[in-house]
Amino acid sequence: MAQTTEQRYRVAPVRPRGRQWPFPLNLYQSAVGRKWVMAVTGIGLIGFVLVHMVGNLHVYEGPARMYEYAESLRTLGGGLVPTSTILWLMRAGLLSMFVLHLHSAITLSRMSGNASEKATMVSGAKKYEGGRDHVAATYASRTMRWTGPIIALFVLYHLADLTWGWWLGDDFVAGDPYHNVATSLSALPVAILYVVANMALAWHIFHGSWSMFQSLGVNNPRYNHLRRAVATSLAGLILVGNLSFPILTQAGVIDEDGRQCPIGKVEGNACLAEQASEH
Amino acid sequence: MSSGTNSSKHGDTIDVTLKVWRQAGLVDTGRFEVYQQTISTDASFLEMLDQLNEQLNDDGAEPVAFESDCREGICGTCGVMINGRAHGPQKATATCQLHMREFRDGDEIVIEPFRAAGFPVVRDLAVDRSPLDRVIEAGGYISVNTGAASDANLTPVPKVAADMAFDAAACIGCGACVAACPNSAAQLFTSAKIGHLGLLPQGQAERWSRTEAMVETMEEFFGSCTNHGECSEACPKEISLDFIAFMNRDYMKAKVKNRALAGQR
Repeated sequence: MAQTTEQRYRVAPVRPRGRQWPFPLNLYQSAVGRKWVMAVTGIGLIGFVLVHMVGNLHVYEGPARMYEYAESLRTLGGGLVPTSTILWLMRAGLLSMFVLHLHSAITLSRMSGNASEKATMVSGAKKYEGGRDHVAATYASRTMRWTGPIIALFVLYHLADLTWGWWLGDDFVAGDPYHNVATSLSALPVAILYVVANMALAWHIFHGSWSMFQSLGVNNPRYNHLRRAVATSLAGLILVGNLSFPILTQAGVIDEDGRQCPIGKVEGNACLAEQASEH
Repeated sequence: MSSGTNSSKHGDTIDVTLKVWRQAGLVDTGRFEVYQQTISTDASFLEMLDQLNEQLNDDGAEPVAFESDCREGICGTCGVMINGRAHGPQKATATCQLHMREFRDGDEIVIEPFRAAGFPVVRDLAVDRSPLDRVIEAGGYISVNTGAASDANLTPVPKVAADMAFDAAACIGCGACVAACPNSAAQLFTSAKIGHLGLLPQGQAERWSRTEAMVETMEEFFGSCTNHGECSEACPKEISLDFIAFMNRDYMKAKVKNRALAGQR
């Protein structure tokens, strides 16, 4: 043939292929590989959220047990490693998963935006002038780009609130999580913020924990119906557990009325440590 | 076959208002134009457009450009967005197989081209879907010895593999999945092609290089899948989302295997 396809008009690629990085980094160059990274880091982050939620249930056992739980996180590894080593390793892992999850999410949604007409960063999905009649996409799946940033901002707020103690000021007592939680969540606006953010988190996990099966290729038509059930129960479990803290603080279940130890970094924590050692 | 949304009788006619996307060419910005049509409920959607074009022709106006070929739902040439749905409201139906009995008297019907950056509008409702051809070129083939035909049934094909490959092979490449996808991803199309060839014994020789090449070519033109599931709902051949999961699995295996085989390539 005189005319080859090369000579004809061609649609230009939106995302021309560059040089391949060495294996296994080249996996991250492709969108499918990046979705794997999102899924794997998502599993890690859901694992953290679950452990975090279950650990926080110690708050219902009173200040001493909560102190004991916080202390045992710092002394993970026992006498084998210096205090807080394992905790910091886990924090580093968590941070890198968070960064990878965010980076892949941002770059992939930009890729989809570039491949779609009339999509903007603010509204990532493409537009049809006549409207778009969604059939299968759930509210959760279409709002991942909103629940994601809400969760990221909330995590920063949450760290500033209960890890660094920025907002509590003099009321913040390092090493006394029960006191800090009870003080912070007893303010109604803070409690509402925690409720809203945790609802966003549950929405995000509802789509994410179903979607990760597809991204990882974990698919067997015989068991596929279970994937939705797993996602629903995971999201529900995390929602109920995490919402219980602000709601029950507001209801007066978590308060310091029955507290036996004084509040303070030196005397108070020493008293809590003594109570915990009797356990 | 009817979705049962309408109780129209044979021979009924309805009046519909069409809001049709008109665009003179690639660089034109385009706009909607409104037309009135009185049409038999027995007419197909494309016959309704044919009738509109005859009227436009008689009036000396430019007819609406749209693509169609077989008009029996098997070629994948036709396809427009009808009221925000690729191929219109009826499930598992290409535009040409959609009939006006799916609409009611007085309905407004918004007709737009399939949209994606990879599908530039050539004119009115016709888009250039050649990026799908680029994906096929990258690996949508198998190698066979030519010459004397081999015996029939020489290669045993497991029944389950044959069934699944057939489901995937039903893809007509119309591009509705890309049009329906909020991300303009072509995962359903590509995974159907990869699934079709990758499930059969005849497709094993190129299975891993095919998966890698087709996925990476797809990613040059289209967006990234977020597992909404809109593609499968829009698909006139009801290709399952399962194929996307199989493709994701095969792609990861391919990246590892192709590296292992690299010394031999």
